[in-house]
Amino acid sequence: MTKNVYCSLLIITLTIYAIRVLPFVFLRKEITNVRIRSFLYYVPYVTLAVMTFPAIISATDSMWSGLAALVVGIIVSLLSGDLFKVAVSSCIAVFLTELIL
Amino acid sequence: MEMSKTKSAWPEYDDTKGWIIRGLQDGAPIAMGYFAVSFALGITAKEAGINALQGSLMSIGMVASAGEYAAIMLIGAGAGIAEMILTTLVINLRYFLMSCSLTQKLREDVPLWKRFVLAYCVTDELFGISSAVPGYLNPVFTWAAAFISVVGWTLGTALGVIAGNILPDQLISALSVALYGMFLAIIIPPSKKSRFMAGLVMVSMLSSWLFTASPVFSGISSGFRVIILTIIIAGIAAVIRPVDDKGQPVKQVRKVR
Repeated sequence: MTKNVYCSLLIITLTIYAIRVLPFVFLRKEITNVRIRSFLYYVPYVTLAVMTFPAIISATDSMWSGLAALVVGIIVSLLSGDLFKVAVSSCIAVFLTELIL
Repeated sequence: MEMSKTKSAWPEYDDTKGWIIRGLQDGAPIAMGYFAVSFALGITAKEAGINALQGSLMSIGMVASAGEYAAIMLIGAGAGIAEMILTTLVINLRYFLMSCSLTQKLREDVPLWKRFVLAYCVTDELFGISSAVPGYLNPVFTWAAAFISVVGWTLGTALGVIAGNILPDQLISALSVALYGMFLAIIIPPSKKSRFMAGLVMVSMLSSWLFTASPVFSGISSGFRVIILTIIIAGIAAVIRPVDDKGQPVKQVRKVR
C-alpha cells in the first residue's frame, strides 16, 4: 500500500507536469496570427473571472461573508490594484461579516 | 496593468534582483492563501490515509489544488493507472491553456531550461500574476513567486495532515478567500480603463454562475467549466476585438485563412 501511494503520486505528478510543459516545448516562437494572439491575451481574464465567481461565495462558511469578500475585493481593486491589499481586505471582510452574523 | 502607487515601478527586463524582490512581494499573498487552502487539503489527505511526508511530496510535485484533491480521491479509491492519468488530464487541462498563453509572454531568447522550470510554476495564481507583468515576462519573477508560494503550499499541507484541528474555523474561512481576492486584483483594474474589459469580466462571471446554477450544465466538473467558458468567451472576444500585444484594439486585422 505505502509503495503504491508513492508510485501513484509519481504518476500523477508527471502527468500534471506534462500538461504544463507541452506548450513550452511546442510553442517556442511568437504567434503572429492576430486572432490567436488576441485569444491568448484574453485567456487569463476570462479564466480568472470564471474561477472567481460564483466560487468565492461558496468558499466561506456563509454566503454573506463570501459576498462581502467579493464586494470589498472589487472596491479595493478599483482603488489600489495591489494584490496583497486586495487579498487581505477580502479576508478581513469575511472575518468581520462572520463575527456579526 | 496599473499597480498601486505604494509599490515602485516594474523592474527593467534584465534586472534579475528587482524581479526576485517583486516576485517574493507578489508571491506573499499567494503563499498566505495557499497555506489556508492546502491546510484543508492536508486534512482531507489524512482522511484518505496519506501521511505528512507523502502529502508534502504531493504538494511539492503537483502544486495544484483541484488536481491534488482528485489525486487524494484516486489514491484513496485505489484507482488504476489509466483512470489515474485520464482523470488527472481532464482536471488539470486548464494549465495547458495557461501555458500556451504564457509562452507568448516570453522573449524568444529565453532558453529551454528556463521554460521547463517556468512550466512547473503554472498554477492559477502564479499564471495570473505572470500575465499581469507588462511586456515580456522575466521567468525569474515567476520563479521567486513560485518559491515562496510552494513553501506556503507544502507547509500548509503537512500541517493539515499533522494537526488538522489547531486553526480555528473562522480563520480558515477568512483565509480561504485570499486567492479570490488576488484574482480580483488582477482582473478588475483593467476594467477601469476599458469598458470592453469590464464587460468581458462581467460576462465571464455571469456565464460561470449560469453554468453552475442551471440544472443542464451543473453536472459539468469545475475544471471543464473553466476550459469550455474560456475557449468560448476568449474566442468571441478575440473575434470582435482583436488586440495587439499591449491589449490595444487593432483596427485592421490581417485576413487569416
